Amino acid sequence: MAKDAKENKETLTTADRLAEKQRDIGVAEFFARNRHLLGFDNKRKALLMTVKEAVDNALDACEEAVILPEISVELIDMQNDRFRVIVEDNGPGIVKKQVPNIFAKLLYGSKFHTFKQARGQQGIGISAAALYGQLTTGRPIKILTKIGPDKPAYYCELHIDTKNNKPEIIREEEKEWKKEHGTRLELDIEATYQKGPQSVDQYLKETAIVNPHVTVIYTTPKAEQFVFPRATDQLPKEPKEIKPHPYGIELGVMMKMVKWTECRTLQAFLTQEFSRVGSGTAKELCEKAALPPNTKPADMTPQMIERLVEAIKNTKLISPPTDCISPITSELIERGLKKEIKAEFFCSITRPPAVYRGNPFVIEAAIAYGGELPGDRPSEVLRFANRVPLMYQQGACAINEAVIDTNWRPYGLNQSQGSVPQGPVIILVHLASVWAPFTSEAKEAIAHYPEIIKEMKLALQECGRLLGSYVNKKKRVQSEFKKRSYIEKYLPHIGGALKEILALNDTQERKVIESLKDVLETSRHAIELDSVEGAGEDGFGLEFEEEKTDEGEE
Amino acid sequence: MAKDNKDEGKDVKIKVKRDGKVSARIVDLSKGIFDTIIKKDHPQIETPIRALSNVSYDPKSGYFVLQDTTKTRTLTVNTVKTFAQTLRMLALSKNLVDTDDIATKREAYYVSKNWGEARFHEQPESDTVMDDIEAMFMVNREQLGFLPEEKGGDVAGQLIVVDKDPETGKEVKIDCTKMGTGAYSVPSSVEELKFETKAKFILAIETAGMYQRLVKHFYWKKANCILISMGGVPTRACRRFIRRLSDDKKLPVFVFTDGDPYGWLNIYRTLKVGSGNAAHINQYFCVPQAKFIGITAQDIIKYDLPTHPLKEIDIKRVKDGIKNDPFIQQSPQWQKALNDLVKMKKRAEQQALAKHGLNYVITTYLPDKMADPKSWLP
Repeated sequence: MAKDAKENKETLTTADRLAEKQRDIGVAEFFARNRHLLGFDNKRKALLMTVKEAVDNALDACEEAVILPEISVELIDMQNDRFRVIVEDNGPGIVKKQVPNIFAKLLYGSKFHTFKQARGQQGIGISAAALYGQLTTGRPIKILTKIGPDKPAYYCELHIDTKNNKPEIIREEEKEWKKEHGTRLELDIEATYQKGPQSVDQYLKETAIVNPHVTVIYTTPKAEQFVFPRATDQLPKEPKEIKPHPYGIELGVMMKMVKWTECRTLQAFLTQEFSRVGSGTAKELCEKAALPPNTKPADMTPQMIERLVEAIKNTKLISPPTDCISPITSELIERGLKKEIKAEFFCSITRPPAVYRGNPFVIEAAIAYGGELPGDRPSEVLRFANRVPLMYQQGACAINEAVIDTNWRPYGLNQSQGSVPQGPVIILVHLASVWAPFTSEAKEAIAHYPEIIKEMKLALQECGRLLGSYVNKKKRVQSEFKKRSYIEKYLPHIGGALKEILALNDTQERKVIESLKDVLETSRHAIELDSVEGAGEDGFGLEFEEEKTDEGEE
Repeated sequence: MAKDNKDEGKDVKIKVKRDGKVSARIVDLSKGIFDTIIKKDHPQIETPIRALSNVSYDPKSGYFVLQDTTKTRTLTVNTVKTFAQTLRMLALSKNLVDTDDIATKREAYYVSKNWGEARFHEQPESDTVMDDIEAMFMVNREQLGFLPEEKGGDVAGQLIVVDKDPETGKEVKIDCTKMGTGAYSVPSSVEELKFETKAKFILAIETAGMYQRLVKHFYWKKANCILISMGGVPTRACRRFIRRLSDDKKLPVFVFTDGDPYGWLNIYRTLKVGSGNAAHINQYFCVPQAKFIGITAQDIIKYDLPTHPLKEIDIKRVKDGIKNDPFIQQSPQWQKALNDLVKMKKRAEQQALAKHGLNYVITTYLPDKMADPKSWLP
């Protein structure tokens, strides 16, 4: 040790040597090495993620511009595990200056700093796909965009400078495009294409379900074309941008807000930068934090800010406004399900808004049952957050937990302990929120907030009750039919046996059968009490309601 | 709500005659059902419940007597299938009785295959309907023209059975001493048999193995008795055979079973007082005069017999017997015997006597037992 110390005097210290290696890691470089964090873990998933990011962006753009979205997705097999992804929308287009940043700079976007319900949030998505394409094929992402009928279209090819997280324009030019406005992107990536769950096909189908105002035209690598037509011309209600609610603000965020604000007093800062804080509440907060209301935010020490956050926790505040959330609405979810799934029964529920950690959210649930759905397997659970299908990590998702925790047996489905119900059923849950909490950046599973799970369970139970009354009615109708055929089947034997024993003639035999039919069919409700003894024995103990249940079988 | 609607037809209980010729009684019952249906009412048939819970032990007659709990089957949508099957079965029975024919239970099951949708899927279903009809009329199945497949039991010893030749109708005498190493087999219907014997007692044996040993060493000659192998729980025919033989010739009956709850509660109890399932006909199919000389807990100690531990199911059987079996309930001796066995937690088979030599049972055990009435159980 001592010797080492001596040597260090003459040469560089270890810390010095290490310091030579320590430097900034570029965001893009970081993600290039950790692609799984963004969901690009394998070739199959990479194809899905690329399509998903492109489609999510296109939909957000269209809706923001109040345009009914019409999106075309085309996948071309380029051989050797290479695919070309082409996604085209009829959105508002992108101004030339912004194109490179949007598609070739990570963490660039309009949505991160706003407090508003949207599909994308962090601004990583599409540029991550471009980065992935660049890493696996070396090809640039190609963009064509047009912002109005009398403007020329702008075309460019982009690379990402991974060290500096900066876009590099390889080529750009003006082009003719007969579309009035819209954006088209073309990207080559390394990928594999498969059908089935977690496929692009499934993702687009689910997208069509929860976005019934969207038309998607999809061409698979096998050159099959699917059209998911829109089921409504009603655009979703434009979500309002809101200010954050104090309950959701952590110390670190508060420090940044204090630093950035243009307000000159704490009082003004509290009332202007947050929702649900009026002058009275602001005063109360200041008092509890032992800070004068005229404190300059810029002068606040970390200790003062901590006191403020503490004061917020101990103050009762009105819940955040909920009109900032745009649920799909139960009617449109049902329409979406009906057009894509062949079932016999549909129901859906939109819960009233609720709040987790200061973030308002709305849970919607829907169920499709019977029809062509296969019955001898665990039910399919379709998970959505802000209208985006969640395709991976079902087990880690709060929706899965809510489905498992709900007791489905009273609603006519089989369910074993700790698993989703069995039966010909699809369960859909949608979370709409200004800030949907995911378990990871890949946005695959919703985090387990008790408030969210509770709302989900309430929504599922409401749907379950509707399902239960349908299933039970169906069972009643079925057993009614069974009973009737029962009568048809066995009456002739009673007639025949009596004929044999009593040497009846044919007329008498017929009379027996007719009378019996009369008695048994018209006095059906008498069965209920009479059969108490016989029922158990004959294994036929179902009870009947007085009315004839003709409805229900549609 | 059902009962408010009087015009929907009422339930009419059909009386079932309990005497007279079976054929006439079937017609009578069917007529009642027919009339009720034509009036658009619901025919109802009452059958006694055939279970241990619905019998009582009558010490005077010495067997299980049926009590009056009944089940009522009303013709409704729920019961229409069973009702149709019961009527079909009645028609078959009437046909058999009228033409002096017989059908085995298995054959009756196959006949039902002609009934289309009303056919039975498994024989136990047809057996149940048959048993219900028996109980309804309080007759045994032979009187309805039905026969069991089961064998009655093997007989050897000082006995001549007088039977009829099925072809000529002439009397045939069967000498049970002249069966060689084989045996006379009890037929399924024993009502018409006559007996000639000078034997002093009947010994009914649980296992075929023990029976073989006693036959092989002609124990029957030494002890001047009739040996009958029951092969487990005695069939109705076997019970009836022993009963008739014993009644006719005034012979005492001894029963030799394993020292375990099954041998006592299932085999001996059924032979002596009948079963719950056949309670309606126990009167004929029991041997109240039987005495038990099988292995007891005392014998296990006295003869130092090799044992097996009592299984869970054995202990459950004992508890069940003490709690629910009317015969055990009235017999302190049997209760004690059962409790002794449970306390020892052991059981011993008849053949365990072979520990002291293969013929120990002949030279020592049986003579000892026969000589000491105090060692018998009632």
